[in-house]
Amino acid sequence: MYRLSKLSHAQRTFFLAATASILGSMIFSENNTLATKMEKGQLHYKDPNAIFNKLTSEDNLYFKRGKPQYPGHVPLFLHEKILMVLGSSIGSYFHPERNEFIVGLGESTAISPVLRSLQTQMLSDPVGRQLLRERPRITSTSLNLEYLRLLPENSIGNTYIKWLDREGVSPDTRVPVRFIEDEELAYIYQRYRECHDFYHAVTGLPIIIEGEIAVKVFEFMNIGIPMSGLGALFAPLRLKRSQKERLYNIYYPWAFRSGLNSKPLINVYWENILTKDVNEFRAEMGIEQPPDLRNLRKEYFEKLKKAKKV
Amino acid sequence: MPMLARPVSSQTPDDETTHFGYKTIKREDKEKMVGGVFSSVASNYDLMNDVMSMGVHRLWKNHFINRLDAGMRPGSNRPLDFLDVAGGTGDIAFGLLEHAEKRFNDRASTMTIADINPDMLREGELRYQSTKWNDGSDRVNFLVQNGETMDQIEDNSKDVYTIAFGIRNFTNIQAGLDTAYRILRPGGIFACLEFSQVDNAAIDYIYQAYSFSLLPLMGQLIANDRDSYQYLVESIRKFPKQEEFKGMIEKAGFYVPEKGYENLTFGVASIHIGVKL
Repeated sequence: MYRLSKLSHAQRTFFLAATASILGSMIFSENNTLATKMEKGQLHYKDPNAIFNKLTSEDNLYFKRGKPQYPGHVPLFLHEKILMVLGSSIGSYFHPERNEFIVGLGESTAISPVLRSLQTQMLSDPVGRQLLRERPRITSTSLNLEYLRLLPENSIGNTYIKWLDREGVSPDTRVPVRFIEDEELAYIYQRYRECHDFYHAVTGLPIIIEGEIAVKVFEFMNIGIPMSGLGALFAPLRLKRSQKERLYNIYYPWAFRSGLNSKPLINVYWENILTKDVNEFRAEMGIEQPPDLRNLRKEYFEKLKKAKKV
Repeated sequence: MPMLARPVSSQTPDDETTHFGYKTIKREDKEKMVGGVFSSVASNYDLMNDVMSMGVHRLWKNHFINRLDAGMRPGSNRPLDFLDVAGGTGDIAFGLLEHAEKRFNDRASTMTIADINPDMLREGELRYQSTKWNDGSDRVNFLVQNGETMDQIEDNSKDVYTIAFGIRNFTNIQAGLDTAYRILRPGGIFACLEFSQVDNAAIDYIYQAYSFSLLPLMGQLIANDRDSYQYLVESIRKFPKQEEFKGMIEKAGFYVPEKGYENLTFGVASIHIGVKL
């Protein structure tokens, strides 16, 4: 019988490795592992004790999400947030008309520091505090459109309904926030999302892509949501030259001026000022009204037609 | 002796509720909720399958069809009757017919595609329009049927019953298996391709991280439907393990040849076979 010490190093290694493999494959062979499981009662039926014993329950052992902070909340891990930013930014660049990409990009890039500073801004203002206390929501049914039509000509409510009619849209219920940690920050982001149409109405910008970009720049300068800034940077790259010229020469400077010089839009309690005069409101807030985009485009196309005729 | 009659509830908690992924819901609601999931994923179904499994589902389905090797053998006197359940979009069904034609020159076997969800079935019918099976003969027909009852299919009328990635959505899986036994002829084969449990712990870790993290995200970005894919992933975890499902097949009356199931990709999917004697 050879003694292990008499063998060379290589032979010893080989012998030990071979013994380990053979013994391991005998002990852990398929039949033996199945038999072990059968003894534990894990093989042929669901273990009735599992519902009482969390450790052996069927729920995934390796992947547990945090607790949801509000209904519909899906707490994301860091790698999921990063993937969502990447995926939705590519998607929203190529398909800005599809809402799910804008939603995903907005929620994944609205990081805590940004929303916390918005929260501080709201808490420092009496109307902001009222908003956070009452948490009003704007949905497709919360505004009575018929009532808005009856309001005086220059009121905010009437401007809003006239803008809706001109654009041919109705106030749709915005998608509920699902991926933002902390329920108050989620409400702030939801409020931002729901007031978007009011920003359009007060500035008069249409829903075409140029108008949306202009509103996004305005929002970014005033409120600071990262998604609008990303939109302002990258979205114009896909536009035609005439659209880019209009944006860069007229609307971007307007948005920088108005956005930076006006009072925080997030602190406006729109539902309570529907009867207020819109010009007075703009003057108070420091919002300039930009040139009418639809008219500019009409003039541009007419010029083109004339040039072609000539 | 006065007997104190204790009122005993005739419905135990098991009868009233069942699982929908990880949620607990009323039994009667499950069918509708599953229907909602599949109606919303129907149009993107194949794209999402490709993205989620990175194309591997095609390999699984091809292996399933090859292993079944079903078709009327040359020299036999009667064509076979195939039934593909929960086969809405038709990929297994058309694959089976193709295999039978290529291998055995079988151009006579009939195929019935049954699905409980009319939207998925409509996708299959659309696809059928452009295939070569749409040749005017009535070899292929589509039925909206509940797999647990199959009221339009007679007893002992089918030779091959296939169900791929469908049985985990049944409210009562045992009833589905019993119905399969009823409608198969003696000698008929029951074949089920379904997601199952991974036995290797290391691979299971990767698999769970992938399925619970990336799949709902892909569903959200590609199909704009995070919740349906979350349900799909949870329903996979809830499905019985291989040996348990083998026991259920035997309970329905099938003879299960040893070992009865074949794990694909380390157990991510599994093919279960039963024969009606």
